[in-house]
Amino acid sequence: MASKRTSRRDLLKSGAVAAGGLAVLGQTPASGQTPVSDQAPAHDHAAGPVNPMIKGTKDLVEYGQRSHFVTSARIAHPVGGRHSPDAFGKTFHIATPLQDSVGVITPSSLHYVATTRGAFVPDIDPKQHTLMIHGVVDRPLTFTMEDLKRLPSVTRTHFIECAGNRHNGRQKNVQESHGMVSCAEWTGVLLSTLLKECGLKSSAKWFVAEGAEEVKGASSMPIAKAMDDCIIAYGMNGEAVRPQNGYPLRLMVPGFEGIFHTKWLRRIKVVDRYYMNYNDYGHLEKSEKEAALAFQIGPKSVITKPSGAQQLSGPGFYEISGLAWSGGGAIRTVEVSTDGGKKWNRAEIKATPQRMAHTRFGYPWVWDGKETEILSRCTDEIGQVQPTREQVAKYWNVPFERSYRVPGLDNSVMPWKINRDGSVTNGLA
Amino acid sequence: MDSLRLAAIALLLASPAFAQSYGVGRTPTADEIRAMDISISSTGDELPVGRGTAKEGATLFQQKGCAGCHGKAGTGSIAPELQSSKGQDVPVWERGRGKSGWMILPITAPYATIVWDYINRGMPLGKEGTLTPDEVYSLTAYLLAVNKVIPEDQVLDKESLPKVKMPIGDDYGRLPDWKHGAPRLPGYNH
Repeated sequence: MASKRTSRRDLLKSGAVAAGGLAVLGQTPASGQTPVSDQAPAHDHAAGPVNPMIKGTKDLVEYGQRSHFVTSARIAHPVGGRHSPDAFGKTFHIATPLQDSVGVITPSSLHYVATTRGAFVPDIDPKQHTLMIHGVVDRPLTFTMEDLKRLPSVTRTHFIECAGNRHNGRQKNVQESHGMVSCAEWTGVLLSTLLKECGLKSSAKWFVAEGAEEVKGASSMPIAKAMDDCIIAYGMNGEAVRPQNGYPLRLMVPGFEGIFHTKWLRRIKVVDRYYMNYNDYGHLEKSEKEAALAFQIGPKSVITKPSGAQQLSGPGFYEISGLAWSGGGAIRTVEVSTDGGKKWNRAEIKATPQRMAHTRFGYPWVWDGKETEILSRCTDEIGQVQPTREQVAKYWNVPFERSYRVPGLDNSVMPWKINRDGSVTNGLA
Repeated sequence: MDSLRLAAIALLLASPAFAQSYGVGRTPTADEIRAMDISISSTGDELPVGRGTAKEGATLFQQKGCAGCHGKAGTGSIAPELQSSKGQDVPVWERGRGKSGWMILPITAPYATIVWDYINRGMPLGKEGTLTPDEVYSLTAYLLAVNKVIPEDQVLDKESLPKVKMPIGDDYGRLPDWKHGAPRLPGYNH
């Protein structure tokens, strides 16, 4: 009992410190932050709210569930001009609720999903599933799931982003504008480990990865990438990869467009030239520059809170929070502007940034109640800077307008408009 | 301790030139590889034996339900068009783009083998993998013929398909030579 009182007193003290800290910065505490010490203790054991109990069913013992008060959910995502569900009634792109995200890991149940066609998810028996590696190698090899789990493993946090993750002025919230990106912890064997087992011939320049789904979706990738950091992943966020994300095996190609991360991986063929099989055809561009921009993902960030369709309760303190990522490596810096891009301020990075992984950033902000626009931009470890649409248009030497379509994967800065009534709307609208 | 020492010895003895270091996995047979290998290169080395013409393809296009989604003669419906409505005088990148913005594969594919691969893997919707090699050769011939890429009477097979001259020629961007830590497009910095 005594220790309980102490901890409450500590809480009060830390609250006072926080309020004092704001005063030092010349900021006024927001309404609603009335001094806690004036109030009677809110929750004595007998006086606290009486909560109903969650029954410990067998199902909950075996596999936990989130609170029914948490209703965050994925949505069907109409990528490009294509409706979802499409003309065949298929939902083939599903966006994650970034507006509710905290930290950098996307829960597996909320990870974005894209299928090349028709939401077809094969139900694969891992005992029957194998990965065959062949082509220009000294020794073709077939691995069972058990074989793969015997080999040295790596565990790394990586984002995956769909090439269709484009923001425009019609989208209401960050789920619609940026929800085709997610980040998870992936566990598996490095592809380089397996390729060394097979022995690459000197003519090996590309490899084709192929899935076991209905269309046997295939993509061609450079062998240099395979030997660098590709993972044959069987684990995702501490358990087996989910079927929608490629159970039992998914190829991770960190930093490349989502479609390369071949799900239900069954075969890798090492080849001497670019094969242009199935999915690769979608990367066909007239210009070499545009082709390059639809391959490795550029530096990108977005503010997730406050973001479109959210509501500020009134002037006062808010931590602006968001995510940054890049296909070029780790995020080095994130900057936030709260005045429509005139002044950029260094944001706080919340943990050590990982290569090709979501990085959470925060920026302390006191809203004065006036209309404004908040934006974020990031720089990665190789010095690539997230551009505004204006900068991209300038590079391509075309007249700028806010609806300008960025070539390749759209990594341009996203503005959120803060209206006088505290509502947050799409700044591109 | 003994097994650790054994492993160390095994690793030392393993020469990367001719032996695996972990000894995990098995060698697939040539037949197993052939059965699985549906990756078709531009030179068509992996193409199966078979043949087909546009005439046979036209019949299959109706029979297999292709026309139901892609429209009569592939002029487009709920699935993208496969026959361009634009004349031969229109530049290939324009002629090869359908009303929905999707590219028309039999026009814009740099190699005719890509058309074969696409049909072989992805069609028909819901019955993928059921077409015989002859049927895939025939449908490929039909789509190339309606877009005037090949004459109507040309027979396509393992030899002739890779030799088809595609209208796009060399007019497309090659992917960059990827390197660790390199920007995605030199000089762009974004």
